[in-house]
Amino acid sequence: MVTAPDNDISDIKVDNVGDFTFPERNKYDSGFGITDKTVDFIADVKNDPDWIREFRHKALKIFQDKPMPTHWATKDLENIKFDEFRYYLSDGQKPKRSWDDVPEDVKKTFDRLGIPEQERKFLAGVEAQYDSEAAYSNIKAAVEEQGVIFVNSTEGLHKHPEIFRKWFGKVIPTGDNKFSALNSAVFSGGSFIYVPPGVKVKHPLQAYFRINSEQFGQFERTLIIADEGAEVMYMEGCTAPKFETATLHSAVVELVAMKGAKIQYVTVQNWSSNVFNLVTKRGIAHEDAEVRWIDCNIGSRLTMKYPGVIMKGKRARGEVISIALANSGQHQDTGAKMVHAADDTTSNVISKSISIGQGRSTYRGLVHIPKHLKGCKNNTECDALLINSNSHTDTYPAISVRGNQHSTQHEASVSQVSADQIFYLMQRGLTEAEAMSLSVNGFINDLAKEFPMEYSVELKRLIDLEMEGSVG
Amino acid sequence: MSLEIKALHAQIPGREILKGLNLTINPGEVHAIMGPNGSGKSTLSKVLCGHDDYEVTSGEVLLDGENILDMAVDARSRAGLFLAFQYPHEIPGVSNANFLRAALKARLPKGEDIDAVRFYKQLYARMDQLEMDRSFTSRSVNEGFSGGEKKRNEILQLMMLEPKYAILDETDSGLDIDALKIVSRGVNAMRSENRGFLVITHYQRLLNYIQPDIVHVLKDGRIVKTGGKELSLELEERGYDWVTDESLATAA
Repeated sequence: MVTAPDNDISDIKVDNVGDFTFPERNKYDSGFGITDKTVDFIADVKNDPDWIREFRHKALKIFQDKPMPTHWATKDLENIKFDEFRYYLSDGQKPKRSWDDVPEDVKKTFDRLGIPEQERKFLAGVEAQYDSEAAYSNIKAAVEEQGVIFVNSTEGLHKHPEIFRKWFGKVIPTGDNKFSALNSAVFSGGSFIYVPPGVKVKHPLQAYFRINSEQFGQFERTLIIADEGAEVMYMEGCTAPKFETATLHSAVVELVAMKGAKIQYVTVQNWSSNVFNLVTKRGIAHEDAEVRWIDCNIGSRLTMKYPGVIMKGKRARGEVISIALANSGQHQDTGAKMVHAADDTTSNVISKSISIGQGRSTYRGLVHIPKHLKGCKNNTECDALLINSNSHTDTYPAISVRGNQHSTQHEASVSQVSADQIFYLMQRGLTEAEAMSLSVNGFINDLAKEFPMEYSVELKRLIDLEMEGSVG
Repeated sequence: MSLEIKALHAQIPGREILKGLNLTINPGEVHAIMGPNGSGKSTLSKVLCGHDDYEVTSGEVLLDGENILDMAVDARSRAGLFLAFQYPHEIPGVSNANFLRAALKARLPKGEDIDAVRFYKQLYARMDQLEMDRSFTSRSVNEGFSGGEKKRNEILQLMMLEPKYAILDETDSGLDIDALKIVSRGVNAMRSENRGFLVITHYQRLLNYIQPDIVHVLKDGRIVKTGGKELSLELEERGYDWVTDESLATAA
């Protein structure tokens, strides 16, 4: 990692595009550890209404009371030292509508990550979060004129309480798990999106989450509501520098697709290998609605993430398409939750994981179809690719289907990139890293097509970088 | 300028397979190596390309004067050595065209890319020569290909990469007579005064279509006899048992 001096960022030479940082200049710093005082500090800084302050305190209690889920999850969770993180850091400035107004170091950070360029090219709106707060937030005028709301969660809470309060915390209750409770206690940043009935947002809205400070936890909270017949695609990217100490990222994302609405949520994360990434994501799909998670997990020390869809209305559809890549020292513990709660609902889960060297991938899938329903369908495919014999993969599918009027299908496979395959590719002139990268890209090829073009290019580039790093 | 193999010894743990092999292939020449099962034919091709199942214990391999034994597999390829595999590997999800582009790009300076229009023009011309359907460009490398299609695909790669020295490892195995003719036509089209070939085969049949300049008999890890095209016919008729090690005979 590189600490950037004041001069031009292009002078920084690093292999990994996200591995750099600027000196902190925080006006608000909650200090180390998490207590009621921390929660009050955040509520004060953010000028929370009373119900949110109360919500936070209740959540803190739940967080403190809940044990670590190490009875089913990895013991590595015990290495998270909650007293050694800071839970809120910001420079106290409001998000800017123009990149020119964004503080220079923050602007350089996002320039380097290519965000303003992407915005010009293909996005309908961008929010760029730096540590705890958004530094930049803008939506194209044409989209705003359609009545689309795209702001950070604080602004959503203050300016649109009638929509915000109705859905906030309703898809994922505070006590869903220890980390959703933690997020509920100290959340800051994240997006609030509302798409009015019938409005189809043509271009994606994007948020980018950047961690700059050491010994810090980022807890953004995103709530997206697509009203009847509306359609929206939201994309998020994230990076952090590689610090000596651990970094914590624990988001909560709630999606609500009203009757006939369609939400696609695309994640391309590229965390450095010191990040604990413990995220809760879930959507509700009402009648004829569709919620689709396209999730790509690269990097981090430990990722635990199981995007879910509750199919609440008839003919609702849920989909999770996920790609996870675990390099040495990394554990990708990912999967999907599909809860069928109405007749004729359909869910589809396609998961591909790649484990390299000592890297470990775990798939956990839950499919729930209760007895009183009829005509529900689930398809689950989960494929693992191992590179090098030390790699590790586990699959824990939990499919509970009651009644006999449903159709479910589950397929799993494990394959290896063999030494002979690499030899074959290298005999044609590819380096070992290029050979592995091509093999991995081949393995995920059919899923990568589901990503918007710009993101599948980014995905390929990230895989190339990972492979370069994984060969001696 | 030549591919020179000098007193090459190579082994897998506990067993020496190549026991002092000498061979020089000049550009413009087609050498055939014939020999019984287990004589070391396929080992030779893999050792030349740097497969790490084999350890070279002594000897040299010079490609146009440069010792390639210290070079990695990919560097040898970029230096101009090509192996048409006996059992070509499948690469799921990677299209033939992307694979070839990646291989060609690997030969360019970092940051440069190939000209896509020219690439496809050349690719289609070569595929036509091998009577390969255009659909093979978008199909995954060798996945679901028949034995014959895989071999044709190897020759297609040879044609696109235009190596200085090409080794064909039992390219005739698994081919019916029509496929054999097509594959041979492709190889013959690539014969040139700038390119040397080493054709490894068990049967003389292939050599009816790819006429060798020089034929060697490999037995127990060594070249024991060298002759012209007529030697292959004699081997076809009489088998390998009668061939004695001329180098040993001379030494005695």
